[in-house]
Parts: sequence; C-alpha cells; structure tokens
Amino acid sequence: MISNKHIGEVLLKLEDISLSFGGVQALSNVSFEVREHEILGIIGPNGAGKSSMLNVINGFYHPDEGRITYKGTTRKDMRPHEAARQGIARTFQNIALFKGMTTLDNIMTGRNTKMRRNFLWQALYLGPARKEEMEHREAAERIIDFLEIEAIRKTPVGRLPYGLQKRVELGRALTAEPDLLLLDEPMAGMNLEEKEDMCRFILDVNDEFGTTIALIEHDMGVVMDISDRVVVLDYGRKIADGSPDEVRTNQDVIDAYLGVPHDIPPDTPPDDTPHANPQP
Amino acid sequence: MQLFGGVNDNGRRQVRRFFGRTGLTRRGHEHQPRSTSPGGASELDTLPKLLLDNSKRLADRPAIREKDYGIWQTSTWRQVLDEVRALACGLADLGLERGDKLAVIGDNRPQLYWSMVAAQCLGAVPVPCYQDSVAKEMRFVIAHSEARFAVVEDQEQVDKLLEIKEDCPKLREIVYGDARGMRNYTQPFLHRFADLQERGRRFDAENPDFFLAEIAKGTGDDIAIILYTSGTTGQPKGVVLSFDNVLVTARNAAEYERLTENEEELAYLPMAWVGDYVYSVAQSYTSGFCVSCPESGATVMNDLREIGPTYFFAPPRIFENILTTVMIRIEDASWLKRNMFEYFMAVAKRAGADILDGRRVPLLDRLLYGIGSVLVYGPLKNTLGFSRIRLAYTAGEAIGSDIFDFYRSLGINLKQLYGQTEAVVYVTVQPDGEVKPDTVGVPAPGVEVRISDAGEVMYKSPGVFQHYYKNPEATAAAKTEDGWMRTGDAGFFDQDGHLKIIDRAKDVGRINGGTMFAPKYIENKLKFFPYIKEAVAFGDKRDYTAAFINIDLGAVGNWAERHHLAYASYQELAAKKEVYDLIHGCVEQVNRGLAKDPQLAGSQIKRYLILHKELDADDGELTRTRKVRRGFIAEKYTVLIDALYGDADHCEVETQVTFEDGSTGTVKGDLKIGDVGVSPAPAA
Repeated sequence: MISNKHIGEVLLKLEDISLSFGGVQALSNVSFEVREHEILGIIGPNGAGKSSMLNVINGFYHPDEGRITYKGTTRKDMRPHEAARQGIARTFQNIALFKGMTTLDNIMTGRNTKMRRNFLWQALYLGPARKEEMEHREAAERIIDFLEIEAIRKTPVGRLPYGLQKRVELGRALTAEPDLLLLDEPMAGMNLEEKEDMCRFILDVNDEFGTTIALIEHDMGVVMDISDRVVVLDYGRKIADGSPDEVRTNQDVIDAYLGVPHDIPPDTPPDDTPHANPQP
Repeated sequence: MQLFGGVNDNGRRQVRRFFGRTGLTRRGHEHQPRSTSPGGASELDTLPKLLLDNSKRLADRPAIREKDYGIWQTSTWRQVLDEVRALACGLADLGLERGDKLAVIGDNRPQLYWSMVAAQCLGAVPVPCYQDSVAKEMRFVIAHSEARFAVVEDQEQVDKLLEIKEDCPKLREIVYGDARGMRNYTQPFLHRFADLQERGRRFDAENPDFFLAEIAKGTGDDIAIILYTSGTTGQPKGVVLSFDNVLVTARNAAEYERLTENEEELAYLPMAWVGDYVYSVAQSYTSGFCVSCPESGATVMNDLREIGPTYFFAPPRIFENILTTVMIRIEDASWLKRNMFEYFMAVAKRAGADILDGRRVPLLDRLLYGIGSVLVYGPLKNTLGFSRIRLAYTAGEAIGSDIFDFYRSLGINLKQLYGQTEAVVYVTVQPDGEVKPDTVGVPAPGVEVRISDAGEVMYKSPGVFQHYYKNPEATAAAKTEDGWMRTGDAGFFDQDGHLKIIDRAKDVGRINGGTMFAPKYIENKLKFFPYIKEAVAFGDKRDYTAAFINIDLGAVGNWAERHHLAYASYQELAAKKEVYDLIHGCVEQVNRGLAKDPQLAGSQIKRYLILHKELDADDGELTRTRKVRRGFIAEKYTVLIDALYGDADHCEVETQVTFEDGSTGTVKGDLKIGDVGVSPAPAA
C-alpha cells in the first residue's frame, strides 16, 4: 500500500531516562523521541526494559533521572491521571479489563476522563448529564464499529476469547481519543489470523485517526512490517534506533538477539567467529 | 429440492410410468395472473414506478432500516426515493446506460438495495453477486454478465474487483460504500457512494426532468434482474427475470399470504439469492413493508430479537441450529426450568400444532397450552425473536419432522415452500392449516404443476424466467416449447393434492418388480435420526432395498456411555450388538413411514449393515460438500453389496483408508448384516 501519511513534529521526547528497582538497573540513560503520526516499535529481549519504558511514559513509574518532554512541556516525570488527561492511552501486557462488565461498558470507561458532570448529575441522568452520556455512547459506538465488535457489545468481557479481549482493550484505549497510544504486546498469544486482524486495526487507527503509536512487540515480522521506526533496548540500554531496515542489519541488535556474553565491554570488538545472519 | 438454483440437467425422457397420477396437472388457487395492480392508467409494472407510488402513498412510513452505531436508523419511503434519485442521476452522469449491467456485491445494506433500484430506474440491469465468493468465482459472473459498473460494500470487495479487473475488460467504474481503508486508493475509476450521490444531486438540479422521464420509459417486459445460480455443477447460469416475472409472482404470493405494509422482515440472506430479492425488495415494494438490515453477519440472532419480524425465511439448517442451541441451554438450566420445559413441550407436541391449525383440541390440553404459553413458549419465542412471527418459510432442502414440529408446536406458523430461481421462488407452498412435515404443499397462486411421464415435477407460471443469459442450449434444455419448466426433481402428489419431492429425477430408479426407488428420500429419512450420520441406499435394478449405515459417533457414543457400553473406536462401537439393535429400531421406523406411501411401500429396507469406517471425503466416498457418491461407494464395496443381496449374515472386508496426513492404511472388519421386517402397505 502506498502510504501518503506525513510524519510530523516531535510529540514526546525522553532524555537520559534512568530507572532502578533497588539494585536492579531497569533503564540507564535511555533517550529517544516519538514523532507525531508515526508508529514506533520498541523491541528487545526479555527483561530489556521495554514495559518499564512504557510505564515511565504514562507515569506509572517515576524515573530516577532524566526529563520527559510531552507536547512541549518538560517535566521530570508523568502522573498517570495527568498522562491520561493529556491524551496518552495504553493497553496492558496482561489484559486489564473489568471481566464482569460488558464490552460496551468497558469501552465506555475509556471516556472517563472526558466526562464533565459529577456523580450526582450522572446518577439523576437528567438534562446535561443525559446529553453527555449520549455523546459518549456515540463515541463508544464508533469505536465498536471501527473494531468490528458489534456482535459482542453486550457480552461480559470475561466470557470472550483472548484475542477479542485484546481488541476490547484496544477499543477502550481508543475511546479516550488519545494523541499517543501505547500498546504493550498487543499480539502476544494470538494466532496468525488474529495477529493479522490486529495489525490491520493498528494501521487503520494510525491512518484514520492520525494517532501516534508506540508499541512493544515480540513478533519481529510484525514489528518490522508495521513500524515506521524501531528502538531496540537491551539490558536497560538503547542499542539501536532507526528504520526497520537499519535496525535489522545493526550488529549490536544481532548480538543482542543471538546472544553474546555481556561481560565484554561494548567497545571491544567481538571475537573472530563470524556471526550468523539473524532471522528476520 | 432446488431452491438455490441449478436446473434440470436431465434431458432424457424416461418412458416408464411411475404411478397412476402421472400427467395430472394441478393448478394453484384460482387466481387471475395480472401484470399490474388495479388502477389502469398509471401502471405500476416496474419497481421504480412502485417506488414513486410508495413515496406518495406511504410517504412517512418506514421503508428500510439499518443498525448502525448500535441504533436502528430508519429511512422512510420518501427518503428512499431521494436516495435512489440521487444515486440514479449520479450513475447516469457517470455513464450508466439503458441495458448496461451493474454488479452489486456486499452484505445486505440499504445502499446496495438502493443501487439495484437506481440501476432499474435507468433501464440498466442489476447483477447481485455472492459477497463471500473469492475473486476467481466473481470473475466468471462479472465477465459473463459483461457488467460495466459495480457497486460494492467496502474495501474487501474493491480489492477483489481490482484483482480481476484485467480479465473483465468491460468493467469500467466501481462505487464503494464504506470508505474505511480506502484512503490510499487513487484509481480514477473508484468512486465513493456519497460523492456519487452528491454528483447525482447536481446533475438532477441541472436536468430536473431526467429522472422521471427515465422511469417512465420502463415497462413490465424489461429485464429486471439477472441472478446467477450458485452452480454446484458446472458454471453458474444467469437467470434473466423480467419485471412481470418478479412483480406478478411477488404480488400473487403477497396476496395469498395476506402481506400488508405492517410486516417486519429481516434481510440477512445473501443478496444474490432470489429469495432475498423477492422478500426484501419485490414484496417490500408491492406490499410496502419495512425491511431491516442487520448490523453484521455475526449479530443476526441479536438483531432478529430486536426487530421481531412478522415475516421470516430461513433454510432448514438455521432452524436446526437454533433448536440445538435451545436444547443445549435447557440442559444447563436449573432443575425447575428444565422440568417445566419438558412438561410443557410435551403438551405443545400433543396440542400445539392442532391449535395453530384451528383443529379441535380437548379442553384440558387447551388450558395447559395456555399456561405453557405464559411460562415457556412465550418467553422462549421472545428470546429467539420469534414472538411476532405470522409467517415463516423454510425451503432449500428437506427439514426433519422433529425440527419442523418443534417450531409449529410453539405456535410459530412455519411452512415449507418449494421453489427455484427460475420460477422467482414460488412453485408450491403449504396453505395455512394444511401443513405437513413431509410435503411441500400445493401449487402457489398462478402456478400450474404437473408430473411428467418420467415422474419429473414440471411447472408453468407467470414467474417462469425469460432465458439463461447467453446460454440458449441450457434454456432449451430447461424449458419445453409450450412453456413448461423442468425442475429436475422427482415427486408426486399425495392423497390431499400436496406435492412430495423425493429426489433428483436422474437418481430415481426402480426396484425389480416395478416399485419406484428414490435413494435420497430413504437416506434422508434415515439421517433424520440423530444416531445415523450417513446412509447409502441401494435398490435400482435389484430385488429389494438395502442400505449401508454410518452411525454418528457423538450421538451413539453418548448413548453407549449412558448404557455402560465400553468401546475404543468407531469400528468397535459400530460392531456392537446393542448398537445394531438401536439402528434396527430406526430402520423399522423408516419402513413404517415408507409403507404409508403406496408409491414407495415396495422400497422398504430389507437388509442393512453398519459400516466399519466413517465415509470420508478424503477417501473419495463423499464430495467436499458431504454428499454421498453412491456410484463410487457401490464399486468400492462390491463385496458388501454382494453380501447384502446374498444369504450371508456377515461379511469380511478390508478397506483402504487415507489418513489426514495423506498416508494410507487398511481397516479390516467382519460386518454383521441386519435383516428387517417389512411393514404391510396400507389397503389401497
């Protein structure tokens, strides 16, 4: 498909982010940018600090050092509610939906930050509160239509198969009408068909709504296919940042994925044995 | 039965006479076929003219509904006219001309229904295609019909058309409804539905008389639509129908069934199928009722419940699936509900159908049925969306009598219909109050039906199609010179004048001594038992009927568990004496049923055996659509057939089987042969 989208200004800039849990250094001096309308893939082996990175972005973790610049405002850390209000939405690695509630209700919770009437108004369901509720419902229905989940609108989420739950979670993030969407392994545990569907939705979201997307994913084929740019983390450090093709041929990335003893300082040239080509 | 098209491919005329009633013609319901509604001067002989009339007569009544963003969005007849007008003008501006073909592809959507009528306004011919066909299948229809325009639902269909556009040189313009995912398509021949209508409105403003003048040019003999039969054998054939064909048939049936503008109907069957065109377009326009389009294919059951149609059609498979779902959920229900259901379903079985047909029922049963309505039948019908059904049809293939009786006993007026694309559906229909599970009713109004000397069902009606598009040989083979249409189905009229369809005419044979042998009819009777999965009947040019039976591993396995029978495989289970006893009962029951029909009493099953392996498409015994290949099986199991027609009470056999990975192996078995008593024929 010929894409005529245009990647804009820097939306989010992370500078020298470091984060540790006790003695474990999760992230050390990581810097990268997310530009408007792009799809940024964040990859790396297990424990590389990918999820920690997302948690820093939406304020779930507070970094020990570093600066975060989002929409021109620089701060030391984010707060989750602030991030949500500022247009950052996310999905989780282990689905975090309200299992007993229906798909529709779950998606409606995504509108929470946009509801202006207080609890009492809403309980009375009169005048402005009612009008507002209808607007929110319409927004939710547009997302349901977009994600093609009409048939499960009234089904409790706990009864849905895994792939659909992931889609509902994406729906909830989308109803918040985010500027930046963070997806934590949106395709984990899915079969090929479900993965294809999810890829199409991610591309469509990016295309139709112009949403900027940062996603963590283990399936290399998927990441390389849909990302405009890829950031690679390993042991809490950024080892590469560039287009999928650049990253694919980057020696450090190949090392990280194929495994090289890590007590060798990064500057030391690797031993003479030639490296096998990585699997794309 | 052949509702989904296909035509008689049996040109040969058999000389044998099957039975006394041969040659008798039956006429449906005294009714003058008419081509127009009373009114004389302004003849409503085309769908566009009907639309103009409805937009005045029923202006603000609902015409079509679509569920979008979770809400039913209704368009009135007046709005529909506006939409169609804008669309027709847009298509004209784009270059659609009289006689052009316009392909319509997608799920049931108001926009697509409007496109069909808009094309007809201009004298162009809509050609709806099956939306789930792959590009290759679509290529044949688009190329053969020489469609110049296509109106499609979404990106998925656009992609298919782009794939085949090279091979369809005539295809010029493509209009799509849903713009999603279409952002990066820049081809100049792709048009958005909304843009086209906008263009049409401008054109209309400049040429205000154009639209009405074009409609006025249309007449009843114009081609209304070309419907391609699904073509299970060979290439699909394009059935050309005129407005007279469609509208006269639709009106006759609507009058017969007393359809009014108050009906509610759900349009969920493929748009390329003749039934959908008659129910959701023709009859909606002639009677003026509202049609609802479901939100998506997956939400049909839900939408059915929300709409609560009064007029409903479904193939037997759907009724079967609904019943299975109900039964499974009842199994899981609480003790009280389950017992209540069982008790009142027994009452319904006793009295329900009689109450529906207006026959006499004992007072106690009537009272119990009333209580049952409140406690069980009402809530159940409500859950299924059947509360308001006044008229439900099923057709396409035989329906099991248990399934059929279940719905009728709940008070749902389910009736069987026998029809063909070539007849604009209606050939025979069951009249209210005379519904039997094993017949397809009496000739529909305006239709004459007779049985040929060869036993083939033939009909003549105002709905008989014009011709197959660009296929005069097939037309000549299907239609006789004096206008009788061959169905390719064998059948006969029973004592009450109801048509009974028994098999494809070419499969019907004869048992030595003269009785007619209809293998599929017997096989279907056997297969209606849940314990029997497949059956193959033999008897043509033999002394009696014999059958191979495949048990249903699930159902018989479950039964075996409840009776504490241990088994390790299909083969072991199939050979059990207890299983033979179980199947024996089924066969006896089938024989009792056959004995009731004087024409078929002689084809009762005398000997049978339960096969040691399941018939499988991988072994070539079934087609991919799971139809038994009788000839192939007869050849492969000659030993078994010889045993069935010999004296042996068992037979050893060794068969090659193909496993799922493609490797082969052999299965050996020593099969018992069951002998069944024959029920006496009724005193004729």
